[in-house]
Amino acid sequence: MKEWILWAAQVASDWAIPLLFLLIVGAAAFKKVKLYEEFVEGAKEGFNVGVRIIPYLVAILCAIAIFRSSGALDFAVNGLSFILEPLGIPPEVLPMALVRPLSGSGALGVLSEGLETYGPDSPLGNTLSVMMGSTETTFYVLAVYFGSVAIRKTRHTLAACLIGDAAGLIAAIYVSRFFFN
Amino acid sequence: MQLVWLFLVVSGILTAMVTGRMAEVTKSVIDAAKTSVELSIGLIGIMALWLGFMKLAESAGLVQALARLLKPLTKRLFPDVPPEHPAMGSMLSNIAANMLGLGNSATALGLKAMQDLKSLSKYGETATNAMATFLTINTTSVTIIPATVIAMRASAGSENPAGIIGATLVATICSTVVGVTVAKLLEKRKAYRLPDREEAA
Repeated sequence: MKEWILWAAQVASDWAIPLLFLLIVGAAAFKKVKLYEEFVEGAKEGFNVGVRIIPYLVAILCAIAIFRSSGALDFAVNGLSFILEPLGIPPEVLPMALVRPLSGSGALGVLSEGLETYGPDSPLGNTLSVMMGSTETTFYVLAVYFGSVAIRKTRHTLAACLIGDAAGLIAAIYVSRFFFN
Repeated sequence: MQLVWLFLVVSGILTAMVTGRMAEVTKSVIDAAKTSVELSIGLIGIMALWLGFMKLAESAGLVQALARLLKPLTKRLFPDVPPEHPAMGSMLSNIAANMLGLGNSATALGLKAMQDLKSLSKYGETATNAMATFLTINTTSVTIIPATVIAMRASAGSENPAGIIGATLVATICSTVVGVTVAKLLEKRKAYRLPDREEAA
């Protein structure tokens, strides 16, 4: 069963993109679309988008770098563990909860350290893995996506995303307890 | 975002004064600036690839077909977006790519979706309801295959690297449902409402 799930997950992620390309090209050829010209026409935009997001990426990644390298993130983690421990949330998972929305590479670091320290199949290792997969690097996504279309007033987006993230992280902790203990 | 940015920068620098890590801050902020450009440049090729294929898919009518298929759901999530508009197709492609854990490809499709949504907007620099809902779905994304996590567990010597798929799926369904509900509730609040008069775009 385990092997089968692993195999299916692997095949799905290996095959998804090539099959999709085949489907698109096949359908376009069937509809007599000018394949090459249309592809190039679409691809031209890629450069503009890539360049347009640079200032927004610099702004958000630098701010996060300052916050992390100064030790402020560690302080926040230590400070919050007092509040969260009584709620039954193990303090070991807190760094992940705080780092995940801010920094993808940071969260990967936290995960690989956690898998090493507690073992990948331990309850904590499993919980950290689920937390890692349960949300995105929200600040990065918002900065880049809004930046790419020059949106400055984001209204309720950040609030909705962060509440969703919190729900995902808390769900990850409780669901893991149910699944793996 | 304004306040978040201010908080990160000011509290970071003040902390560094106390912890004596000013040198680290200087180094890491310059590294981060370099990394940002490398990331964006790296994305250009992938963007071009996906935008090329998306253009073909649009011309072939595939994107519209996908949008038509999921119309009952998308009509409720994005009432302001015409069901057959390209924006619907690119949003759905991004959401599907995220579910399968296709990282950079998802980003390329997502940026395309933002452009399509912007073309529908009359509000200039202000985010529309559809953008907010879309980004909430994106960041809380329901995940079927958490590819990166599975790979990391495998390399850490796990006996069951994919064993977290079920739990991740449940957790992400929770986060998406909560996120979208909150987004829908907040969009009508006075503090967040769209301006009455349309801005010149």
